[in-house]
Amino acid sequence: MSAAQGPLSVYIHVPFCAVRCGYCDFNTYTATELGGGGSQAEYPANAMREMDLTLADDRAAGYEYDAVSTVFFGGGTPTLLPADDLVAMLEHLRSLIPLADGAEVTTEANPDSVTRASLSRLADGGITRVSFGMQSAVPSVLATLDRTHDPEKVPQAVAWAREAGLEVSLDLIYGTPGETLGDVETSVRAALACGVDHLSAYSLIIEGNTAMARQLRRGELEAPDADDMADKYELIDDLARADGLSWYEVSNFARTPARRSRHNLAYWQGGDWWGIGPGAHRHRDGLRAWNLKHPSRYAATLAADTLPVADSEQLSAEDRLVERIMLELRIADGLAVEAIPAPRRHQLAVHRDRGHLEAAALEDGRAVLTREGRLLADAVIRDLVP
Amino acid sequence: MPVTPRIAADEARDILPASTPQERLRNFCIIAHIDHGKSTLADRMLQITGIVDERAMRAQYLDRMDIERERGITVKSQAVRMPWQVDGTNFALNMIDTPGHVDFTYEVSRSLAACEGAILLVDAAQGIEAQTLANLYLAMENDLTIIPVLNKIDLPGAEPERYAAEIGQLVGVEPDEVLRVSGKTGLGVPELLDHVVRTLPPPHGEPEAPCRAMIFDSVYDTYRGVVTYIRVVDGHLRSRDRIDMMSTGAHHELLEIGVSSPEPHPTKGIGPGEVGYLITGVKDVRQSKVGDTVTTSVRGATEALDGYSDPKPMVYSGLFPIDGSDYPVLRDALDKLKLNDAALNYEPETSTALGFGFRVGFLGLLHLEIIRERLEREFDLDLISTAPSVVYQVLMEDGTEVEVMNPSDFPTGKIQEISEPVTKATILVPSEFIGAVMELCQSKRGNLGGMDYLSEDRVELRYTLPLAEIVFDFFDQLKSRTRGYASLDYDISGSQVADLVKVDMLLQGEPVDAFSAIVHRDKAYSYGVEMAGKLKKLIPRQQFEVPIQAAIGARIIARENIRAMRKDVLSKCYGGDISRKRKLLEKQKEGKKRMKNIGSVEVPQEAFIAALSADESAMPKDKDAKKK
Repeated sequence: MSAAQGPLSVYIHVPFCAVRCGYCDFNTYTATELGGGGSQAEYPANAMREMDLTLADDRAAGYEYDAVSTVFFGGGTPTLLPADDLVAMLEHLRSLIPLADGAEVTTEANPDSVTRASLSRLADGGITRVSFGMQSAVPSVLATLDRTHDPEKVPQAVAWAREAGLEVSLDLIYGTPGETLGDVETSVRAALACGVDHLSAYSLIIEGNTAMARQLRRGELEAPDADDMADKYELIDDLARADGLSWYEVSNFARTPARRSRHNLAYWQGGDWWGIGPGAHRHRDGLRAWNLKHPSRYAATLAADTLPVADSEQLSAEDRLVERIMLELRIADGLAVEAIPAPRRHQLAVHRDRGHLEAAALEDGRAVLTREGRLLADAVIRDLVP
Repeated sequence: MPVTPRIAADEARDILPASTPQERLRNFCIIAHIDHGKSTLADRMLQITGIVDERAMRAQYLDRMDIERERGITVKSQAVRMPWQVDGTNFALNMIDTPGHVDFTYEVSRSLAACEGAILLVDAAQGIEAQTLANLYLAMENDLTIIPVLNKIDLPGAEPERYAAEIGQLVGVEPDEVLRVSGKTGLGVPELLDHVVRTLPPPHGEPEAPCRAMIFDSVYDTYRGVVTYIRVVDGHLRSRDRIDMMSTGAHHELLEIGVSSPEPHPTKGIGPGEVGYLITGVKDVRQSKVGDTVTTSVRGATEALDGYSDPKPMVYSGLFPIDGSDYPVLRDALDKLKLNDAALNYEPETSTALGFGFRVGFLGLLHLEIIRERLEREFDLDLISTAPSVVYQVLMEDGTEVEVMNPSDFPTGKIQEISEPVTKATILVPSEFIGAVMELCQSKRGNLGGMDYLSEDRVELRYTLPLAEIVFDFFDQLKSRTRGYASLDYDISGSQVADLVKVDMLLQGEPVDAFSAIVHRDKAYSYGVEMAGKLKKLIPRQQFEVPIQAAIGARIIARENIRAMRKDVLSKCYGGDISRKRKLLEKQKEGKKRMKNIGSVEVPQEAFIAALSADESAMPKDKDAKKK
């Protein structure tokens, strides 16, 4: 089989961090020397091996992709690896499947894990976009989040990246215990002052197995409050809009459609993607698979020439429909009304009347969330899925 | 304890059932409070008289049901025949085990009517309790000879001198005439049995008269059908007789007649003054009613014994399965319990908040609790019960009269007056708590009828109290205001006209039936405020603002608002989050299906359950408390 299946996205998970943050429940490790071939030094070779096996697996299943349209190095902290390692992985990928013209290649980075030189090396090696984990501009908030960077470093890192020709996005976290509305305003203004064209803002979610959840249980931190979160989201939206950025997904804002993260849009629009690295998820035409989480087990499985898959699921037609409604309703383009099962469509008018859906878009056959609706997206989705 | 029965089995020929002369019979019961050791004393008697050997001895032999054993209370009485020799003469003693609680006053009164005497058993460390006092008065009214006894005299906390003086004064004997025993060790028990023989009068029925036997208990047994316990007053009942139930005129064949000692022993018959059981093959205790008179079909009696009355439910509550699909299980379970409980009655009820269930009538709160617990334990049901309600008589302006057992049935037209049942309540309390108890009774619309000092520091307070106030939370409050020292007994004494109103709780204008209540007008506001506050805490925020209102008819008396939910969105949804998010969504959808819809408000059933459980500590903290 050699039929082309359209564009492919590739996610490469780098599971290492200098410090684990108290709110983080991602698959990441701080030790540089993990046993069984799972160390940072051996990581790039493992990732490349996994790319080879994934390609073979696709081919065996009759899938062949023309080109890679987006690549995303996430973590962890990808920039904890030498820039050459990231470039080498990208090179290896290109040797398997060519990069499309104008492909978007993003890496996540900590403001303090980059230098002018490393950013320039990344740009030269084919990376086009960098997403900095800024989180906040307020030192006390950063301290609660266990973030080690000095907020002063962010504008500098952004400037170096732009100088190297990279697009820049900043990530913010709002709703950290103790954060005031004023703190949020300070952070958003500081981010916008860097002149970025893309902003992501996530409300802090305290997962049960994190250090922060333990602090919360001990009463050392106050639990985030939903109304306060809503106030902060609205403030962020106001400030972004005033600066010329508009929402294109519940938590993402861009200056122009061209500046939207195409990699993330691929997730939300049902694209196929590879998930390379420990714990990474992959999607191929309704097949979702996810890797073993621990770098050592991941490495050992690859050493036996086997894909390091922990488990997988084949989505039913209904699953795919649920996912489509769930994901597309979150983006500014919205969801085509015909996609919603007929017995649920009467809910559209209910949510329009409650101010959750744009009345004008609905007349044009699309369900698009209002700002109030964005904050209640899950409730709206529950009413629309089969 | 070494036991040497005074009579060997083959020496008891002169006290065989059906041929024991009345002067060799003694029938007695034991009046005691829960935990005062009645069952232990009964066990010891079985052992000392030799009818149960040590190996077969099960603690608290007479209480058959698990719940009774665990709660230390006896719901169903039974009779045991024991041989005992005094001064070389053989006697047959019948011990009739009485229910120990206020809800079963009628059954107690029938048990007492089957006896000539009663042992008043009081814990030597605790003194007499209100229910025991009530039963003592009942026994005295039945002209029973009372034998006062202090139990648990071996306990370190025992104060026999003090309590002997107290009960001596109640019964009218000198303190040194009060017997002292330990049911646990058996100390003083043989002397007590001797005393029973010497002081209780023998029965004195008419041996040649037509047979009249009183039913004092009837128990459903899966294998044998209904086992009916009787006391023969006049004449004889023989194994080949056909019998009639005098209240209904129903005829039955006798399949078996006998005595318990304590296992059933079939006999040729039962003679005058004797106690035993009979089996006719009926399957429902309603065909063999406590208090009814049994006679022979041939040459039967024409006049029934006094004292029969039909058990009448005083308290009603809705019982609903938490899992709606358990409804048929609940129905079958109630049908089964009914076989053994003539006082239990029920009919289907539908609630918008709680789904399908039954409106069940009970004798009182304990009866309610026991039935609920048996349903949950023996039939593995999870149940929610609505607040107990009494029976109101509503007289309409057009002269029609409506009986209201459920606030949902409260009439909407013009009402002339409403009557509610009232009780005569007796409260025994250490004198330091008199003020607290009076204050409570006052707030529950009580009228003080009288007050007596039982001893220097214990007081008997007599109140007239509306039954509705007692079933609400009176007992819990009484206990908490007296650090558990007060005891309560009450008996329905009639009805009174009162200024009562129905308060409805509305959610976005829609009434929530499970929370409607009939309350005194003066309490309506506080009920409304409390309930609205509770619901506000328990009902999750919706996509829109939800007003909670308390209303009397169309008039709103209290209001709370559940503010609209503003944020319900997972902020991050990237590649690895998608499966998890979809699964979460499916779970939430499932949860949505279990929600009850009141208008367009979705309420988790747990919220109704929590609001209905009186326990405030089970309530979550105020959702808005941390907002300034």
